[in-house]
Amino acid sequence: MIRPVAKFVILAVVCGVLSSVSLRAGDWKQFRGNEANSVASGESLPTELSGSTIAWKAALPGRGVSGPVIVDGRVFVSASSGYTQNRLHVVSIDAENGMQLWQRQFYAAGRTQTHEKMANATPTMASDGQRVFAFFSSNDLFCLDLKGRLLWYRGLGREFPNASNSLGMSSSPIVVGGILVVQVESDAEAFACGVDVITGETRWQIQRPRAANWTSPALIPGRAGRAAQVLLQSSKGLTAVDPESGKILWDFDKGASTIPSATVAAGTVYVPSNGLTALKPGVDAVEQLWNSGSISPATSSPVVAGNLALVLNSSGVLNAASLETGERVWQLRLRGPFSGTPVFAGGHLYLVNEAGVAFVVKPEADQGTIVSELDLGETILCSPGVSGGGLFVRSDGHLIKLATPK
Amino acid sequence: MTLLSDGVTGMAGLSGGWSAGRSPGRAVVVRAVAAVGVLALLVVLAADAGAAKKKERPDAITEAVGILQSAKTAGQGSRENQRALVALTGSGERAMLPILTGFQKATPEGLNWLRNAFEQIAESLRAARKPLPADALRAFVMETGNSADARRLAWDTLVSEDARLAEQVIPGMLNDPSPEFRRDAVELLLKQAAQAEGAAATDLYRRAMGGAVHEDQVKTIAEALRKAGETVDISRHFGFVTSWKIVGPFDNREEKGFAVAYAPETEIVQERPNVEAEYDGMNGKVRWQTVETTDDFGVVDIAKQIENFKGSVMYAVAEWSSPAQQTLQVRLGTPNAWKLWVNGALVFEREEYHRSTQLDQYSVPVQLKPGVNVLAFKICQNEQTQDWAQKYQFQLRVCDSTGVGVLPGPVVVRNGVSRKTALNKGGAE
Repeated sequence: MIRPVAKFVILAVVCGVLSSVSLRAGDWKQFRGNEANSVASGESLPTELSGSTIAWKAALPGRGVSGPVIVDGRVFVSASSGYTQNRLHVVSIDAENGMQLWQRQFYAAGRTQTHEKMANATPTMASDGQRVFAFFSSNDLFCLDLKGRLLWYRGLGREFPNASNSLGMSSSPIVVGGILVVQVESDAEAFACGVDVITGETRWQIQRPRAANWTSPALIPGRAGRAAQVLLQSSKGLTAVDPESGKILWDFDKGASTIPSATVAAGTVYVPSNGLTALKPGVDAVEQLWNSGSISPATSSPVVAGNLALVLNSSGVLNAASLETGERVWQLRLRGPFSGTPVFAGGHLYLVNEAGVAFVVKPEADQGTIVSELDLGETILCSPGVSGGGLFVRSDGHLIKLATPK
Repeated sequence: MTLLSDGVTGMAGLSGGWSAGRSPGRAVVVRAVAAVGVLALLVVLAADAGAAKKKERPDAITEAVGILQSAKTAGQGSRENQRALVALTGSGERAMLPILTGFQKATPEGLNWLRNAFEQIAESLRAARKPLPADALRAFVMETGNSADARRLAWDTLVSEDARLAEQVIPGMLNDPSPEFRRDAVELLLKQAAQAEGAAATDLYRRAMGGAVHEDQVKTIAEALRKAGETVDISRHFGFVTSWKIVGPFDNREEKGFAVAYAPETEIVQERPNVEAEYDGMNGKVRWQTVETTDDFGVVDIAKQIENFKGSVMYAVAEWSSPAQQTLQVRLGTPNAWKLWVNGALVFEREEYHRSTQLDQYSVPVQLKPGVNVLAFKICQNEQTQDWAQKYQFQLRVCDSTGVGVLPGPVVVRNGVSRKTALNKGGAE
C-alpha cells in the first residue's frame, strides 16, 4: 500500500519529468515551429552568414521537401527514396555535431506519385516531446519514440485510397495536447482527423471540401483559460475546430489559398485569402479586421515580425504590411522563387530560396535590409527549423546546420 | 475497392478411491508402490503435457512475429504490437530470420512493424560490434520464393557491411521477382553496354531489356537499340492494351456525368456490353468505334484520335483473354476522371481532373477468369479552359506484381467452339 503522501510525491516527480520532457525550451516541434507561426522565441542566430557559419552538413538517405524538427538536442527529418519513392525514411541526427543517431525505413502503403519538384517526404514531421510523428505524401503516418522504436502506424493511404493527389500531398500535421491533427484533402476525397498520440487511433474525423489542398493546419494556442483552436484552411476559407473533439467552432467562408497557410500572432489570424486577410477569432465566431489585396503570398506562408506581416510574393519580393491596417509599408526585392516559409528569430528574418541562397533580412518599421546572404549550393525547398542557436535546413542530399562559430 | 497489403490439467480424483489393502505393513508397501506409480504416472503425464504444451504454444519469437504479421489497420492493437516488438528486439539475432520469414504473410501494417523490429536488432548488433548472421541472410536473399521486401531488407543490411557482394549477386538478378533487384541488374548491364561497342553492346542492351520493368531504363535501352537499327516493341514489352472499342460523347457538363450510368455503363455492369448498339449521346446518336494506338506507351489520345469533347464522358472496352484464373494488376495513367470495370465489377473509380498523368499512375489488383475477360473504362473530361487542362487520354496495361507486362493468351476454345468475342453478342462468357 502506498501512502497518500508518497503517492503525491511520486505523482509530482512523474509530472515533473513528463513536463520537463514535453516542454523543453529550444525545441522546434513541428512545421513552422511549436506554435506553427514561424517565430523562434528566445533564439539568437548568426546574422552575418558565411562559410564559417556552416556548423555541419549531414548526408540524408533520400529526397525531401519536409523541414527538420528538433527535440531535446536531436534533429528529426523525413526522406523518401526508391524508383517509386516507396521507401520512407526517418532520420535522427545529433543537433550538436551532425552525427546520425539512428535511421529507420518503412514501406509506403499509399500512392507515392508526386510532381517531380515534390517528394513523398514533403510534410514536415511533428513531435509532442516524447514521440515523433512522420507523415508522407502517400498518407503513411508513423509514430516512433525518440530512439526510433515504432509505437504505432496508420496507412491512411490504404484506409482511404482515394484521398490522394497525383501532384503530391504536403499538409504537415500538428500536435495539440494529446491529439495529432492531420489534414488529408484532395479532389477525390477529403477529410481531417484527430489521432490519439498514444494509441494511433482516430479520436475524431470530419469531412472536408473535396478539392486539392496543400495547406497545413495552423494553431491558436490555448491561453488564459481559452481552449486551443486548430485552423483548417481550404479553397472555401478557414475553419476553426476543437482539437479534442473535431467540433467546428467557427467558419470563415470567403475563400483562401490552397498553398500558403494561415499564421497566428497575438490572437489575430492572418490568412492568405484574397491577398491577405486579418481575422479576430472568438470562441464560436470570427470577425474580419481587414483585407489587403495587394499583398499576396505565393508558396511561403506569412510571418508576423513585430508590427509587420511579412509576405513573399511569386516574384520573390518581400512585402511588409501593417498589422493594424494591412497596408503595404515597404518592399524588398530578393532573389526567388521561394518554397519554404521563412523564420523570424532575434529580430531578423531568415529566408532560403529554392536555389539554396540563404538571406538574413532586418525588417524595420519603414524598410527591410539584407544583412547578409550565403549560397548553400543545393536546392532548398523546406521551411527551416531553429533550436539552440542553430538554423537547420535540408536539401535532397543533406541536413545543414548554420550557427555562430564557437 | 483496393488501390495499389495452462499447465497440466488437475489430477484430482486419481488417487481418491485408492484401496487400503489387507494389512498395515502390506498396506504401507502397497501404498508406497502405489505412490511411486502415481508419481511415475504424474511424471509421464506431466512430460506429455509439457510436450503437448510445447507443440500447442509457439515460442516467444514465433508468437511475436505472428502478432506483428497480422497488425491491423486504423491503429488497432498498437499496444500489443509494441509488446511484440520489444519481445523480438530482446531476442536479438535469433529473431532476425523468423522476422524476415514473417514478411511473407504480413499485412501492409505488419510489414512496417516487422521491418522496425529487424532494423533495431541489426542496429544493436552493429553497436555491439557483433557480426550479422551473414550466411543465413544471404541464403534468404537467394531464395526467390521469399518475400521481395524481406529479401531486399536482408540484402540492404548485408551490403551496408560488405558492398562487394553486389558484384557477385546482382548480375544473377535480371529476372528476379523483386523490381528493385531487377533494376540493379539492369543498371549493371547498362554500365557494361555503355563501355562496349557494336554487336556486343547491342547484345547487352537486349539482355537488359529482358529484365527492365521501369520506364526510365526501358527508354534508355530502347533508344540505344533503335540507334543500332534494332526493332523494339515497348508497348508489347509493358503489356499495354492497344485496341479498344470506344463510344461517346455523353454529357459531363459541370462534372455531373461521372456519377451518371449512361446506357453503355448499364450494359457493362450487367456484363452485356454490345458494341453493335447505338445510343443517344450529348451531341446526337453515337456508335462504338474501333480505336487503336501505336504509341510506345499505349496512350489512347481521345482528344487527337476522336475529339476533345469538353464536358463529356466516353466509354472504352477491350477483351483480354486469360489462359487461367489469375491475379494480375491493371496499371493505368490518365489526367481525367475514370472508372474501371473488370467483367462487370467496378474495381476502382477516381474523380480527379488534370493533376498530371504518368505511366503506372494507378495500380489496381484484378482477378481474371479463364477465357475472355472484358476491361471497361469510363473516362471523363471536364470544362476547364487552361492550356494544361486539355488532355483527354489514357494508357492501360496488364502486368504482374513485379511490373512485368503480361500479354493476353490465345482465345479460349470451349466445347470445340472458338469464342472470338464477348463484346458483340451481349455478354462475356
